[in-house]
Amino acid sequence: MLGARLTGRNPVAQDVNSSPGAPEVRSQFAPRRRRAFIERGIHGVLFICAAVSILTTAGIIFTLLGETLAFFQDVPIVDFLTGTRWTPLFVSQSFGVLPLVNGTLVVALVAIVVAVPIGLMSAIFLSEYAPARVRAAIKPVLEVLAGIPTVVYGYFALLFVTPILRDIFPQTQVFNVLSAGIVMGFMILPMMASISEDALRVVPRTLREGAFALGATRFQVTVRVVVPAALSGILAAIILSVSRAIGETMIVSIAAGQQPKVGFDLLSSMETMTAYIVQVSLGDTPQDTIEYRTLFAVGTLLFLMTFVMNILSDWIVRRYREVYE
Amino acid sequence: MEANPTGTRKPNVEASPSANDAAQANGPAKPDVLITEDLKFWYGKMRALSGISLNIPQHEVMAIIGPSGCGKSTYLRCLNRMNDLIPSARVEGRVIFDGENIYARNVDPVQMRRRIGMVFQKPNPFPKSIYDNVAYGPKVNGYRGSMDDLVEHSLRQAALWDEVKDDLKKSGLDLSGGQQQRLCIARALAVEPDVILMDEPCSALDPIATTRIEDLIRELRESYTIVIVTHNMQQAARVSDRTAFFMIDEQSSGSLVEVDETQRLFTTPSDQRTEDYITGRFG
Repeated sequence: MLGARLTGRNPVAQDVNSSPGAPEVRSQFAPRRRRAFIERGIHGVLFICAAVSILTTAGIIFTLLGETLAFFQDVPIVDFLTGTRWTPLFVSQSFGVLPLVNGTLVVALVAIVVAVPIGLMSAIFLSEYAPARVRAAIKPVLEVLAGIPTVVYGYFALLFVTPILRDIFPQTQVFNVLSAGIVMGFMILPMMASISEDALRVVPRTLREGAFALGATRFQVTVRVVVPAALSGILAAIILSVSRAIGETMIVSIAAGQQPKVGFDLLSSMETMTAYIVQVSLGDTPQDTIEYRTLFAVGTLLFLMTFVMNILSDWIVRRYREVYE
Repeated sequence: MEANPTGTRKPNVEASPSANDAAQANGPAKPDVLITEDLKFWYGKMRALSGISLNIPQHEVMAIIGPSGCGKSTYLRCLNRMNDLIPSARVEGRVIFDGENIYARNVDPVQMRRRIGMVFQKPNPFPKSIYDNVAYGPKVNGYRGSMDDLVEHSLRQAALWDEVKDDLKKSGLDLSGGQQQRLCIARALAVEPDVILMDEPCSALDPIATTRIEDLIRELRESYTIVIVTHNMQQAARVSDRTAFFMIDEQSSGSLVEVDETQRLFTTPSDQRTEDYITGRFG
């Protein structure tokens, strides 16, 4: 309604202005052609920019799916998902992806065990305990931690953490899951802390005051009021951290080794999905072979896992967000 | 540094005797539960309260009125050290509760707040069930009796029991605004405080909900001392026994102009500024 009136397309208004026979009176509010043209042009450019990311995603999915479907014409999907031997690069080929999934999840678990408690507690410290000056000093350090290239973390794991582990547990292999997992935990720590802190800080001050007024200590206010109220954001932070850990590549490629196996021995070498993709990409695997296509099958599975995680975190934020006002 | 202390204190000198007169005229004087002595308050460099001295008698409703920004909420929040949570805040003077200065070094504000409860301007129930909202205070205070009984008793006192008794597991946030505020009152009552501070408790509520809260305040007076800040003079007249009128002084910090029995303050105020305010000439 309003739009029609503004652009002068309201039929009633036209009747008033142009009685039949009389020359049409140009409205003083008639659209300026040049301005409208520029306005439309800007709209178009902005739309294209926004569309680029969508198109990229679509392109990636398209490529992944094409090669993945080709792969599953040679290898039954059930064998792929349930097999426990992954030897596509050997003469006796097996395509059971479970060892790679196992490796991925074990490393991610170690990383989460490191990142979630420390991240959550630093978030609580920054949001509930730290004076403004301390927070102003710590926040940038966290962001620096987030900005370190992952390859640096990888060598940090291999050359610094692994030797320490080998001093403590002599049976530790040179490439091992524990070292990669711990360092990956420190890598995702800033993200975990930062998202959790945002979630804690949006809890209204009045809620904290309500609890303080009942004679609660700061710790009781934090644990029983603020954290529960921010729970959806904290859960989202955890899931995004898991997602990040699953997709992380460099650290595991450098420090976790390349032995696809099922198990839970943290001191031994395991291969993750991402590390396998790197291994094959760096080698001389010819195109259009089944070995080449394993890249895309594993890639698709990885994509699906992180995709589901991100959807899940989004859903949790929507579903469990407390609405204040 | 602070200019003209006598000028800012002068109203208090007038105010205190008139309050005592009122108490004497009212038969046997009730003991004062909260005694404020020359309370000054700063937000950073800005002085928000200039030397407030005010006595609050037991089992009465004390209303605090005054134009916006006159420091009435700031004063109220000094009475249970709620302003401690503001980093730049600074307090001078004494607030004596049950014979002790609550700003003394050896006083833990957490212990003190268990006896001086507070209800806020906007209802702020926790995102928990109705039951857990009421049980929160007793739990953090280590209450050992029957929690079910205490929750029911508190909700009955707050005149909310009949509306929620069948659905105590429902989230406190799902109640109406008026119900939420009564839940917050029940929550404050559950720790069995001596004093309840109310900071414009009806300002976010509709007239019907407001009436229910006002009825409730009159009932609670039997067992509690209540200090209520309100921007609504009619409300002060309806619910309170005694009214304190605050105003901004020449240094633009809040000061106490006059305190008296509510009826007397509204009919024959002793200060011209009070009369100007209650007759609507400013504010």
